Amino acid sequence: MSKYVISSSPHLRDHVTTRSIMQDVCIALLPACVAGVLFFGYRSAVIIALAVAAAVLSEWFYCKAAHQKSTIGDFSAVVTGMLLAMNLPSTVPYWMPVIGSIIAILLCKMIFGGIGQNFINPALAARAILALSWASLMNTFAAPAFGNLAGVDAIASATPVSGAAAGNFTLTQLMLGNIPGTIGETCKLALLIGAAYLFVRRVISWHIPAAFIGSFAVCYLLATGFDVSATLYQVLSGGLILGAFFMATDYSSSPATAKGKIIFGLGCGLLLFIFRYCKKTPAEWCSFAILLMNVVSPLIERVTGTKSFGEVKKNG
Amino acid sequence: MAITQTFGGGVHPREIGNGKKATQSAQIITAAAPARVTIAMVQHGGAPAACCVKVGQTVNMGQVIGEAQGFVSAPVHASVSGKVVAVTTCTVASGKTVPAVVIENDFEDRWDESVRPCENVDALTDADIVGIAARCGIVGLGGAAFPTAVKLNTSKAEKKPDTVIVNGSECEPYLTSDHRLMVENAAKIVDGIRFAMKGCGAKRAIVGIEDNKPDAVEAMKAAAGDGVEVVALPAKYPQGFEKMLIYALTGRRVPNGALPLAVQCVVLNVATCAALSDAVREGRPIIDRIVTFAGRVANPCNLRVRIGAPLMDLIDEVGGLTDGVRKLIVGGPMMGNTVPTLNLPITKNFGGFLALGEKAISAEETACIRCGRCLRACPMGLMPAKIDALVRKGNYDGAIAAGAMNCMECGSCTYACPAKRELTQSCRVAKAIARSKKTK
Ligand code: SF4
Ligand code: SF4
Repeated sequence: MSKYVISSSPHLRDHVTTRSIMQDVCIALLPACVAGVLFFGYRSAVIIALAVAAAVLSEWFYCKAAHQKSTIGDFSAVVTGMLLAMNLPSTVPYWMPVIGSIIAILLCKMIFGGIGQNFINPALAARAILALSWASLMNTFAAPAFGNLAGVDAIASATPVSGAAAGNFTLTQLMLGNIPGTIGETCKLALLIGAAYLFVRRVISWHIPAAFIGSFAVCYLLATGFDVSATLYQVLSGGLILGAFFMATDYSSSPATAKGKIIFGLGCGLLLFIFRYCKKTPAEWCSFAILLMNVVSPLIERVTGTKSFGEVKKNG
Repeated sequence: MAITQTFGGGVHPREIGNGKKATQSAQIITAAAPARVTIAMVQHGGAPAACCVKVGQTVNMGQVIGEAQGFVSAPVHASVSGKVVAVTTCTVASGKTVPAVVIENDFEDRWDESVRPCENVDALTDADIVGIAARCGIVGLGGAAFPTAVKLNTSKAEKKPDTVIVNGSECEPYLTSDHRLMVENAAKIVDGIRFAMKGCGAKRAIVGIEDNKPDAVEAMKAAAGDGVEVVALPAKYPQGFEKMLIYALTGRRVPNGALPLAVQCVVLNVATCAALSDAVREGRPIIDRIVTFAGRVANPCNLRVRIGAPLMDLIDEVGGLTDGVRKLIVGGPMMGNTVPTLNLPITKNFGGFLALGEKAISAEETACIRCGRCLRACPMGLMPAKIDALVRKGNYDGAIAAGAMNCMECGSCTYACPAKRELTQSCRVAKAIARSKKTK
């Protein structure tokens, strides 16, 4: 046999790998992690670490049990763990991120066949399950205390979106993140820095975030008679920024076509608007809006298939 | 319809720039004449040529040694003068074993009497030019080696072509032979373009050159005259594919399953145009071509080599392979074939030689993460991930319904895939199965 390798073309490959993409997402989440720790204390760091460790270990165990090659090297479990932690309040007991990650990886990812096969976003699905099972734990938020790493003392139960506290914060507070909320959702500045990184690295495209935030904002403007500051307040509240840039853009659970992404984003924005504006209940609806759209994503992708280059009417 | 200058999709391999650096600024060197040539009877798209010489016969340079068989075929000529020592078979770069003639060179370079300059080129009719292209065995030197006479012969076409599209884009990384030819021999290319226009009846020609070759753009612009336009196109792979190039230069889309003629275009590569000029003016058939030797060879360069020259000798001439070669590629890195050996003859469709190291060996395939990169990369607007998934499930009809037949096998999707999936290969499988079903 020849000592030269025989293979089919092309013989060049882009340097981007699944792993490099997932690592980019981790890097993009770091600013929000740091902000979470700064605002909500050391517990945030422990929760992030536990969620990541549990996610990676669950995937490793699953692969072992199923006699598959371990897939933890692709860093996608790390991303899931981090995203889940971003969606948890810093006050949850330490078993919560562990259970959450196990649910996310085993029930929402691996049983569907692993990366790329899950039709719902594992971190969001796990968060929803936790929220339904332990509603009060999941809806207790620490008041932020910047730089007070030990600070979990003050307990506030209202976030900017939930009825009671709505309207109590300034836009600067919403932007910087010294407001009650989950670990990763409050500091919009950190999230936007991370999102900018993802754009620059071409990990995500503009379609979903723009359609999501855009449609939500337009609806809110119309509903409030063009009250710009109320609309901005809503856009910067709750999980919208985290959801639009980091959760709704999950490859597996959103359409791959450009048109599909826009429809998907529009759907998320409309649903969130309906939930937030019409229900006015103290729950975070962003995850549910995205999850609902996850379910119809395959359908959207089917009806928005690409048009091939030569698909033109033949004249004559 | 306007010039769009580009097309949707495509990729930007880093090597587009870097790979070409080694060879793009050095003059084309004429390789030493080989002692022996092995001339394959199949060097073109279409039916094989029929050998018409015998062992022991003395042949002249440019003499026909294989006659064209059928409409889509091309004759094959002796690339040296000397004695036929064997009528045999040989393995060519595609891996096929084909009939071949071996000639021992007498180093006299004695032209055959059939090779005569044309006395009055202005008097030539379109049919004359088509006839010369056929007689001289002119085939597309860019890749597919389709007989040029068949492209130019539009006498029976419903819609006459109005534009000759000339491909000087050379979008394959590493390859620079067209680039050098444009810089060194622009006038001859333009001359050939004019004959091509006459041959097919088109009133204008547009030359598309990627803007990473400013010296070639300049040289061609200086040489071009009335009716020949030179356009610099953004460097992006696969800019040089017929359909992409026509779209970039005219805004016309070749319908799926149709030929460029459907949008009144005839596409020729710059090297083919130069060969056409030689054929028309000098009566010279194709007996040599320019080949880029790149990658892990001691002295990367462009060589003018005789058809039938042993690749092995040419590799010696460029200083041999360097260490760490893992893949030998004939053609460019995006479309070329790997070959197991250097024991191959040069053919008319020998697009380039590339020796690559460990990096050219792709990592293991992993699961599709549905990132959509393949879909964005596909210039044909297909969904390669979907076709791939269907093919792997054995659902070939589904893959065909998803448009697999429109795949041009450009490799952009596979290049872009972070999971390193062999998407192009899946399309090839679907196409091959569809074709075999058709012939059943
Ligand atoms: S599917 Fe075919 S045409 Fe499209 S990028 Fe892949 S190889 Fe090229
Ligand atoms: S580029 Fe690869 S991983 Fe991404 S969607 Fe296409 S096949 Fe899947």
